[in-house]
Amino acid sequence: MSLIHLVILSPLLVAVLVPFLHKYFKKIHTGWFVLVLPLVLFIYFLQYLGTTMSGETYTSSMKWIPSIGIDFTIYVDGLGLLFALLITGIGALVVLYSIYYLSKEKEALNTFYVYLLMFMGAMLGVVLSDNLIVMYSFWELTSISSFLLISYWYHREKSRYGALKSMLITVFGGLAMLAGIILLYIMTGSFSIREIIANVDVVTSHELFVPALLLFLLGAFTKSAQFPFHIWLPDAMEAPTPVSAYLHSATMVKAGIYLVARMSPVFAGAPEWFWLVSGFGIVTLFWGSFTAVKQTDLKSILAFSTVSQLGLIMSLLGVGSAAAYYDYIGENAYTIATLAAVFHLINHATFKGSLFMVVGIVDHETGTRDIRKLGGLMNVMPITFSLALIGTFSMAGLPPFNGFLSKEMFFTGMLKAIDISAWNMDTFGIIFPVLAWVASVFTFIYSMVLLFKTFTGKLQVEKLDKEPHEAPIGMLIPPIILASLVVIFGFFPMLLKGVIEPALYSILPSNVLSVEVKIYHWHGFNTELFMTLGVVLFGVLLYLSVAKWGKIYEWFPQKLTLNKLYDGGLIGLERGSAAFTKSHMTGFIRDYLVMIFGFMVVLLGVLLFSTGAFETNLTNVAPVGLYEVILALVMVAAALTTLITKSRLTAIISLGVVGYAMSLFFVLFRAPDLALTQLIVETVSVALFLLCFYHLPEIAKEMNRLRFRLTNFIISVSVGLVVIFIGLSVNSSRLFESISDYFEEASYAEAGGKNMVNVILVDFRGLDTLFEIAVLTIAAFGIFAMIKLRLNDKKGGVKGES
Amino acid sequence: MEIIMTIVAGVLIAAATYLMLSKSILRIVVGTGLLAHGAHLLLLTMGGLKKGAAPLLGQKADSYTDPLPQALILTAIVISFGVTSFFLVLAYRAYQELKTDNMDKLRGNENHE
Repeated sequence: MSLIHLVILSPLLVAVLVPFLHKYFKKIHTGWFVLVLPLVLFIYFLQYLGTTMSGETYTSSMKWIPSIGIDFTIYVDGLGLLFALLITGIGALVVLYSIYYLSKEKEALNTFYVYLLMFMGAMLGVVLSDNLIVMYSFWELTSISSFLLISYWYHREKSRYGALKSMLITVFGGLAMLAGIILLYIMTGSFSIREIIANVDVVTSHELFVPALLLFLLGAFTKSAQFPFHIWLPDAMEAPTPVSAYLHSATMVKAGIYLVARMSPVFAGAPEWFWLVSGFGIVTLFWGSFTAVKQTDLKSILAFSTVSQLGLIMSLLGVGSAAAYYDYIGENAYTIATLAAVFHLINHATFKGSLFMVVGIVDHETGTRDIRKLGGLMNVMPITFSLALIGTFSMAGLPPFNGFLSKEMFFTGMLKAIDISAWNMDTFGIIFPVLAWVASVFTFIYSMVLLFKTFTGKLQVEKLDKEPHEAPIGMLIPPIILASLVVIFGFFPMLLKGVIEPALYSILPSNVLSVEVKIYHWHGFNTELFMTLGVVLFGVLLYLSVAKWGKIYEWFPQKLTLNKLYDGGLIGLERGSAAFTKSHMTGFIRDYLVMIFGFMVVLLGVLLFSTGAFETNLTNVAPVGLYEVILALVMVAAALTTLITKSRLTAIISLGVVGYAMSLFFVLFRAPDLALTQLIVETVSVALFLLCFYHLPEIAKEMNRLRFRLTNFIISVSVGLVVIFIGLSVNSSRLFESISDYFEEASYAEAGGKNMVNVILVDFRGLDTLFEIAVLTIAAFGIFAMIKLRLNDKKGGVKGES
Repeated sequence: MEIIMTIVAGVLIAAATYLMLSKSILRIVVGTGLLAHGAHLLLLTMGGLKKGAAPLLGQKADSYTDPLPQALILTAIVISFGVTSFFLVLAYRAYQELKTDNMDKLRGNENHE
């Protein structure tokens, strides 16, 4: 346990205090107490910048379950630190924003901050854990706290629906990732990421490499809302806006990006990894931006925009992974893609965070997020408008903001991808820059929609719930800080060199020796610049003519959307399982018995004959006696009588005949004690049967023959046959002699009795007898209770005795 | 001899199965009784039916029948007697309360939660 363990767990510890703070300091908004923590943590993590910039890492380990190699090991390197700074920095801003966004009187603030702190701690744990199992634990904690935060307004049905959807999808991916972790453990014998990376040769040559890769990607794609798992993110927008800004733009959705980046040194270089990561990334990028254009809700636009930008980062990581394939890299051809990914990761966190906050302000001050109702807010909310302008222009990739720089680098990366001379890229490579360019056009369009439909045009006061006005200053500070960062990183991108460079060394495999971080505004007249010019040109044209071509969105059959598939799948699962349960859980005892007997016959019969256990061997058989044969015939006749008789009384008597024949058998086969017992027991049983059913007149009168049913007949005959076959095989193959010689010798010598059966019952195996007595006692008590106790008769009263 | 006894036990068990698949409670209880008999017979047969004296040392015989299966069967008889009598009374009470001995009518409600 060192300080950094405490730091990571501190949000969880503070979360315990929040309800008390909320209860005893009612006058102060709980958020102010919470705000201190992320600020302190941010400053604390800034200290590590020096360590990582000099190329060093910090490790601290604490034992958790040492017997199976699970330790709470903290590993601070460039990548982990970058995420930790994002989490704590944006966390502080979001807490500040939420203080003004959530009302002290109306909202349950204690639960909100407990969930938010839980999430913050979990997220820090994910990015700083070296042990995969610990990381997985924190990973699921982010899913759970995200579930709680999405359903914060739990009385709304849509919130609950969105929470459930995100929970199902992300936990599904999380479990897949757990399976991948276990596969990696099988391959390397370690849960530690650093040790796995050190043993990367073992992993890449192992036959479980591809399954593990697929399972990890499933976890990353579901968490990072990649196509087709992106459907949970737009529905998660039912959460309060600070949550959307924090979880669903800046941090949690980047956990999948983090996972891909973290595992890159293990899996990169394989064609499967390259194609899946960059392919799914580019498709997500295109589909997200394409879908975002048709949305009318501001948060939905931002949700699909987040999906699309995450796809962009993912595809860059995919292309960057090609660096691992080429041992010698002359001009950092593919590392530039990774650089672009990390740079855009930071940029996206800044501008998307501020945009969400802007949308929250618009929602808060006008009462709606529908762009069809909004418009003309530019003069009413000038500061908010400026913030939105910076955010959207950065998102669209326009100079001089940071989005422009990362977009240029993105184009560079995609153009470089064509040059990859392996993995079928010669034929399909051209898809990457084309899709990337088209997606950028759509990104430009929805960014402009977001900005101009909200802030320009005519102010429609009559459609708004509130009189629009500028937001309070406290609500504006966090987006102002983020927007300033957008501008600062836009003009001075080299400020980030110290953060990006160590992160690159964590992502890139060890064969990449040097990385040069060079981000400048002006590259000269190259292809990327013309691509951007084209984006702007086409973007403006398409934005202005959106009324004409917007109808293409209606062409899509609404029944084939992924949401319909998800909903239909859930309903189908429920109906299917209900139908399956109903199909065999009929409530008829006969059906269950048929299943049990049928299964027994099939299993035993098949086993008996398939393993060759059935044999007949007559050497060991006792001679046939006349009395026994006659008795056997009587017994069979009596047993069959119970089947064919009309009267139940005859059935009882026949059962008695079988019982007495049994005791005669015991006499013939030299078992005097058994004969005595059987005689008495049978007498009492028959008397009981007669007592019970003779004295129930209605039953005695009913005269029904047992109806013949072929299935019952087949089943019972096969049960009988299986028993006979097993009995014959057992008799034919005696493996060893009985242990009864011992009883013969020891009965008198050791136990002092001459009746061997009785000596066995009370001496050698006395414990059986004790519990047999217990069984009889329990049966007696049970019968007594059944007859005597009459609780709750139909009138509701309690009857004493009947 | 063992073959005949095994077949008798098989017939008893087949008859018991057929009875247990029927609708009437009484026939099911009769079926369990038959099943117990079949099982006891099978136990005895599997122990070996070789001729020998009853397992009483006072007989001073050369060979005795195996006492162990007999002890096991004795235990089983008593237990099955306890269970059968319990079932009988249960069936009796069910009939008293519910006025039917038809298993199909003694089914749980479709909509039980």
